[in-house]
Amino acid sequence: MTPAGEPVIVVEGLTARFGETTVLKDVNLEVYKGEILCIIGGSGCGKSTLLKQMIGLIRPSGGRVLVGGVDIAAADDDTLNLIRRGIGVLFQSDALFGSMTLGENVALPMDGASGLLPGTIEAVVRMKLGMVHLGGYENHFPTELSGGMRKRGALARAMALDPDILFFDEPSAGLDPLNAAELETLIQGINVGLGTTIVIVSHQVDLVRRVADRVIMLDREARGIIASGAPEELRKNATDPRLRNFLFRQEEGRTK
Amino acid sequence: MKARSVDEGYSLKVESEAGGGLRIILGGSVTLRDTQGWLDRMEGLVGKHRPQRLTVDLGGVSLMDSAGVLGLLLLEQRLKKSGIPMTAASPSEQIRKIMELIDREGIERPPLRSPKSPEGILETIGEAWVLLWRDFIQVMTFLGDLIAALTHLLGHPRDVRWDDVLFYVRRAGAEGLPIVGLISLLIGFIIAFMSSLQLKMFGANVYVASLVALAIVRELGPIMTAILVAGRSASAFAAEIGSMRVDDEVDALKTMGYEPIRFLAVPKLLATVAVLPLLTLYADVFGIAGGLIVGVTGLDLTPYTYLQESQRTITLFQLLASLVKAVVFAFVIAWIGCQRGFQVRGGVEEVGAATTSAVVTSILLIVIVDSVFAIALYYVS
Repeated sequence: MTPAGEPVIVVEGLTARFGETTVLKDVNLEVYKGEILCIIGGSGCGKSTLLKQMIGLIRPSGGRVLVGGVDIAAADDDTLNLIRRGIGVLFQSDALFGSMTLGENVALPMDGASGLLPGTIEAVVRMKLGMVHLGGYENHFPTELSGGMRKRGALARAMALDPDILFFDEPSAGLDPLNAAELETLIQGINVGLGTTIVIVSHQVDLVRRVADRVIMLDREARGIIASGAPEELRKNATDPRLRNFLFRQEEGRTK
Repeated sequence: MKARSVDEGYSLKVESEAGGGLRIILGGSVTLRDTQGWLDRMEGLVGKHRPQRLTVDLGGVSLMDSAGVLGLLLLEQRLKKSGIPMTAASPSEQIRKIMELIDREGIERPPLRSPKSPEGILETIGEAWVLLWRDFIQVMTFLGDLIAALTHLLGHPRDVRWDDVLFYVRRAGAEGLPIVGLISLLIGFIIAFMSSLQLKMFGANVYVASLVALAIVRELGPIMTAILVAGRSASAFAAEIGSMRVDDEVDALKTMGYEPIRFLAVPKLLATVAVLPLLTLYADVFGIAGGLIVGVTGLDLTPYTYLQESQRTITLFQLLASLVKAVVFAFVIAWIGCQRGFQVRGGVEEVGAATTSAVVTSILLIVIVDSVFAIALYYVS
């Protein structure tokens, strides 16, 4: 598949080093406007590190990440905050604040946006919760909700400001197949409905096959990208044994 | 990035339509930032013109985010209540997609639960008592479990995890030496200095040594050391066990056939009971040394005279009583620290609360136990 649209994130020669260990070395990739990009790979291959570098939580040891044309490592705090307002992140552990109700969690990004009246924030919170099928749960605390509901609540918070780009770190981790499928439908709905660019980090081949427009595979030994392309294209032309192993072993495991 | 960097704002144009209709032509970008403003203006225009129907022309809208679309839907709902039908004309493909994504019924759906309203004073007091009673039951139940575990281990000493005991001896004892020594030295110094100001006037310099020795050995040595250990160790015990509960490690122990109290609490208890009397003696020495500094430098006493006077004041009974107190304080610290950890049920935020509660409750109990000792020792001696 040829990616359409302009690149919203450009990763150039990115390196991630922790002490003596180099996790990623000279990684180059582009994320295009409106696409769903999945970054896959086994444990310890640097998927989450790459995601954290793309959202500016970890400074690159080398290379740079351009979001909307701005180098986020070199950006000052105001610019970085402006860029982050255009980004939503759904963390693996949902990261909802336990001391706040679901409604307060979703309202939190809007509290930081000046000039919004409480009535407007309340209406938007109800709308966002409705979008993730949690209408009416604004006064519940995260601990009172199931894992799937918490994930969807965290998604409502991540999309509170209609971000241009949404990042998902292992979205279906810890969810049963029904909840995982519901989340996948929501991801696709947000991508189509709001035109949001989506970057997913996952090791779930199923999820990747169902939602991705484009897939990038990272490998621990190679410390970088070993394959990229549309999901079906990758499956058909998977000659690299590491890629074959990753794509087909999971399916074999399930059919047994 | 689309809206945030180049948000040119919205524009409104009003046209009258045949048959009492009103057409509002919306243009520019309509985003979260403007939602309240344009919604109010639209309602103002409707109130002013009182039309039979309203058409909102979206043909000129360059950008409308989900909050903008929400504004349209809210306006439609409000006008519907006034009997004015509203139509959104020429919406872009993107606006139509956002409209499909929004759950229209969800916007009006009342919360499944109303927000918690502030409680009345009687309710608050009543609830506090219920919580206190429940807490008391839990603390006493844990005490029973702890005693049962100790009784079992008395008959099976090889079941005690002695490596863990040594680890906590180092943690609670050896690593606490610098802070216990420093604080005891300073307390001895302060007592000696403050009392010397008064006793000097009566020529009773030598009694500073007696006062410091008595205060340190009988009261301040055991209680200050216990408070310091409570601050360092009770909190650490609660945080450690609480985190283990959150991560299901305590349940994992049960599935492996271990009794969590024997496995986790008993080594901490034995270590604390072993080190606190030693730390108390250590604190006594430093406290007297603090007084000695004042005695030698400010009261013209020789070190020999000072120490001789201190030794004459302290009886073996007082020393033993302070060590017994230290053992009881140690039991309280380990008991409360571990109980607060095991009490954690929810997420990580409860670990913080358990840690704070471990320190506060153990210090409170230490002071209560000390008061009981003060009265009991008065009658015994």
